[in-house]
Amino acid sequence: MKIAKHSPVGHGDGDAVVKDALKLMMRRIEQPARRAFLQRSMTLGGLAMLGGCSITNDFSVEAALMKVSRFNDRVQGWLFDPNRLAATYPESMITRPFPFNAYYGESEVREVDGDAWRLEVTGLVADKRSWTLAELRAMPQQDQVTRHICVEGWSAIGKWGGVPFAHFLQRVGADLGAKYVGFKCADDYYTSIDMATALHPQTVLALTYDGQVLPPKYGYPAKLRMPTKLGYKNPKHIRAIFVTNTYPGGYWEDQGYNWFGGS
Amino acid sequence: MSRTSIPVIGLSADGTGAQSSATASIRPASAIIDVTIHPAWMRTAHWLNVVAVVVMATSGWRIYNAAPFLDFRFPGDITLGGWLGGALQWHFAGMWLLVLNGVVYLTLNASSGRFVRKFFPLNFDVVWHDLLDALGGRLSHADPRHYNGLQRLAYLFAIADLALLVLSGLALWKSVQIPLLREAMGGYEGARRVHFYAMATLIAFVAGHLVMVALVPRTLIAMVRGR
Repeated sequence: MKIAKHSPVGHGDGDAVVKDALKLMMRRIEQPARRAFLQRSMTLGGLAMLGGCSITNDFSVEAALMKVSRFNDRVQGWLFDPNRLAATYPESMITRPFPFNAYYGESEVREVDGDAWRLEVTGLVADKRSWTLAELRAMPQQDQVTRHICVEGWSAIGKWGGVPFAHFLQRVGADLGAKYVGFKCADDYYTSIDMATALHPQTVLALTYDGQVLPPKYGYPAKLRMPTKLGYKNPKHIRAIFVTNTYPGGYWEDQGYNWFGGS
Repeated sequence: MSRTSIPVIGLSADGTGAQSSATASIRPASAIIDVTIHPAWMRTAHWLNVVAVVVMATSGWRIYNAAPFLDFRFPGDITLGGWLGGALQWHFAGMWLLVLNGVVYLTLNASSGRFVRKFFPLNFDVVWHDLLDALGGRLSHADPRHYNGLQRLAYLFAIADLALLVLSGLALWKSVQIPLLREAMGGYEGARRVHFYAMATLIAFVAGHLVMVALVPRTLIAMVRGR
């Protein structure tokens, strides 16, 4: 809409606009050598500018970028200090209202029946039984006021409370030497994290937001809150947790977001 | 010459900035290296840096567009990556080129002595004098091996600005892991602004740089073939 408004030629066809501009310029550039040089360099410039469409769609470039992204996963795993705590803030600094964010709009938030809900635990764990919300609430709880950083760049401070995830993993007898913990969610979202982050003291299986039962828009009945990772790594409406050595990927990660996604 | 393995640097020429290239050209063949304006490693670093900066800026614009904190967005056509995820992949791949190339450039520049020779002395008088000359259209570019005061200031600014871009970017990427750097940038949100405005001033430098290249086109030739 904006582009059409500002288009000096008055039609939406970008190629035609460029051609018109070239024609106008060529008339003013008489020397043939200079004209050829300019024409060539403008084509090169045009190609570079089209990068978003043409270069990225090239399979080999995409594969190379994905490889660098996996390399960056390893670098981040190496940079990650399991004892380094994210900054905490006074409650007065909580962002109100805390922004809603998901791969769908706020009107499509899933309503989960907390009474019927069970948290499945599978994979490399000793105890594969499922957990009720009441049982999770009976476990030790921990609060945090931390900064949520979105992959889009914005950030917001919120308050989450719940079961320290390291405690939960120990309780279910998880193989703490396994590589990954994966999550499947009631909104069909899925993601996975490294074991080191899963065991971080600020990684919490959150059941509350700002002292209240976790509202649907923030992931009722349970979400994983990690102030050491970007927002998309923090799954909401969790229905199943599994421990594995096989790379599980994730909803956004499979499309190109960096898997480690650490802060 | 004895302390470097790169003979094309042409120390003898750099030592006497006033020497004209005409004098050099009538010397015997053995002195041809004296006309070298930019050594090969420096030209390579320059053009790799151009690639890195173009990738970082155009992908960065698309990342900014995902959550703009000012009242505008960059036109999608001049951004790289196609969508946020693609732009992030380009940005976090380009950063390695920018940083590694920058480290190699700074190391060779410092160890060869070129950094001190080319950029110093730099003081207010030199810059002021050359600024007045430039405004009066009298600033000489007779010897492209010699950077005038404005060039010294501009290129040092570009180096410092790129360093700030890398540091603020690192603060954004690893805001939890590197708390000292994060706080030095004014927190996570502060680092976003520092990163953005450092980009904006780098673009301003590039614009001025391109205007100067257009006004003195043989500097472009020198940056391509070295003389």
